[in-house]
Amino acid sequence: MASEAETRQVAASTRAGWLLSTPALVLLAFGAIGPLLIVVVYSFLLPGKYGNVEWGFSLDAWRGILFTRDIFDDTLVLADAHLSIFWRSVKLSTLTTLFTFAVGFPTAWFIATRPQKQRAFWLFLITIPFWTNLLIRTFAINEIIRSEGLLNTLLLWLGVIDRPLEIIYTDFAVFVGMTYVYLPLMVLPLFAAIDRFDMRLLEAGYDLYASRWQVLRRIILPIVKPGIIAGSILVFVPALGAYVTPRILGGGKQMMIGNFIELQFGQGRNWPLGASLSVTLLVIVTAALLVYVRFANRDREVNHG
Amino acid sequence: MTAATQSMIEARHTVKAFGQGDHIVRALDDVSITINKGEFFTLLGPSGCGKTTLLRLIAGFEMPTAGHILLDGVDITDLPPNRRPVNTVFQSYALFPHLTVAQNIGFGLEMQGRPRAEVAKTTAEMLALVKLEPMANRKTSQLSGGQQQRVALARALAPKPKVLLLDEPLSALDLKLRKEMQVELKRLQQETGITFVFVTHDQEEALTMSDRIGVMSAGKLQQVGSPKDIYTRPVNRFVASFIGETNFLPATPVAGGLQLGCGAVVEGLTTAKPSVTLTIRPEQIRITPADDAGAIPATVTSLVYFGTDTHCHMALSDGAEVVVRVQSPASGEAGVRTGDSVGLRFQPAAAQVLED
Repeated sequence: MASEAETRQVAASTRAGWLLSTPALVLLAFGAIGPLLIVVVYSFLLPGKYGNVEWGFSLDAWRGILFTRDIFDDTLVLADAHLSIFWRSVKLSTLTTLFTFAVGFPTAWFIATRPQKQRAFWLFLITIPFWTNLLIRTFAINEIIRSEGLLNTLLLWLGVIDRPLEIIYTDFAVFVGMTYVYLPLMVLPLFAAIDRFDMRLLEAGYDLYASRWQVLRRIILPIVKPGIIAGSILVFVPALGAYVTPRILGGGKQMMIGNFIELQFGQGRNWPLGASLSVTLLVIVTAALLVYVRFANRDREVNHG
Repeated sequence: MTAATQSMIEARHTVKAFGQGDHIVRALDDVSITINKGEFFTLLGPSGCGKTTLLRLIAGFEMPTAGHILLDGVDITDLPPNRRPVNTVFQSYALFPHLTVAQNIGFGLEMQGRPRAEVAKTTAEMLALVKLEPMANRKTSQLSGGQQQRVALARALAPKPKVLLLDEPLSALDLKLRKEMQVELKRLQQETGITFVFVTHDQEEALTMSDRIGVMSAGKLQQVGSPKDIYTRPVNRFVASFIGETNFLPATPVAGGLQLGCGAVVEGLTTAKPSVTLTIRPEQIRITPADDAGAIPATVTSLVYFGTDTHCHMALSDGAEVVVRVQSPASGEAGVRTGDSVGLRFQPAAAQVLED
């Protein structure tokens, strides 16, 4: 039981905490909430002829997310193109998250089980990609996988294939690019979690009749779960709104939500639709985060109940 | 019947070497040992003597470089740990932090694929056995050290292993708790009838708890025997000095007995060696008046008060030092003073001749 004095002390330190976080809160208000409000307001306005918006309430932009007007008889029809863009975004982001986990987990495990002195070196290797601009790295992948690129030239020269592989400008190319870009974001939180993992628990597991698979499923994964969730969020969220990678590796056709939004503010000259799409992306990300967080807290709640 | 039905664990010429090239260390050097069914067996020795390595070989965490390990007559040398009916209580406890106390205890049974009802029933029994029923749904991090220790015990006992291995399980506990757990462990062993193999470097723990003790040093088994055997009949200098306190006196054989350096002859003891060491426990020596004709003359050099008894440090006429333990009388004085001349007597049968 906390005494009265303790309660007062906690209250005081809470007040001090709020005071200290004022700069961050002010920055959040002007840097995140303000622009977000503008975007929300714009999504209820009419598009201007040459971009920008005209002041007048309209739900067209929100309807435009899923429906489009038929060019001939002006009836509302489901916008297949939009749906396929949403689907591609969610699908590629999910695949990227799963694949970066599949590759990142063994990598993180490998690094975390090296002797202390070698770990810094391996972590250093993981962070090297951050030194180069994302655009340049993405063009480098383009250079490797395009029709006359390194990969095809090599395979043709080796005689493995007789026609260049068509990888560039496909969903697969976007997936490969995103996996490459976001892999470190999966590895680092996983490493942090595995590094804290008490390896003696492995012996305890084997001693209590668990197979290797059971040790992984019942001991390692549940204990490093915070790292898995952190890594998944760090990969999934930016992947969903990715712009550069699908633009360069997906060409104009394999658009993701990020490119589609950019299109509305640029050539499309439909800022309200761009705004409503942005809000939609935000909602999808928030929903995904809520699911993740629920998943993360489930065990804790059960055990404390 | 044959010895195989009596023995639960048999290690045959086991060798475990670590490292390579010039840096090979033999943690276990040709150790053969038999541990009987239902026995409380203790592996005792200083750190680095190989006792934990032997335990890990039995558990299956390490593979022997040479030799075999038999469990209940079956060669288990090549079985992985999860297929050996042997459970371990780890020094660090190694409790699963993401599971509750009950889930920890039921883990082994679940992995064995026992039915849910049986897991629940056995878990409840184990919780009762270690008196932790109110803690069943707690996380292990919310428990005290002693409680964690009991969870580790219950978890290892729940699958009813043929052998329970305990790797210095009491070393993290404070003295009072350790004494309680010693009694608790002995009770659990008697109630379950499971063979316990207990590793410790604490000789007192070994003496009070074990049916038999195996004393190890430098990767070799030095002596195996009952606590009384080990204490009263140590086979070599290492065992004699590692367990309890003792006096070492150089001696040479003469007609009718062994002659000490000071000239006194201990009658009735013989040896084939030209020179030996006589070892005698401090509590086996009596102090007699200086004019006692048959006694070994000595001078008191210092007195150390230990509460229940007092250690009297004596010098013999050749300068050899002897410690005599006497019970502290009510007055708190040992009955002798520093500088006193006294005589020392002991039963020849209480002394042990060490030929190493």
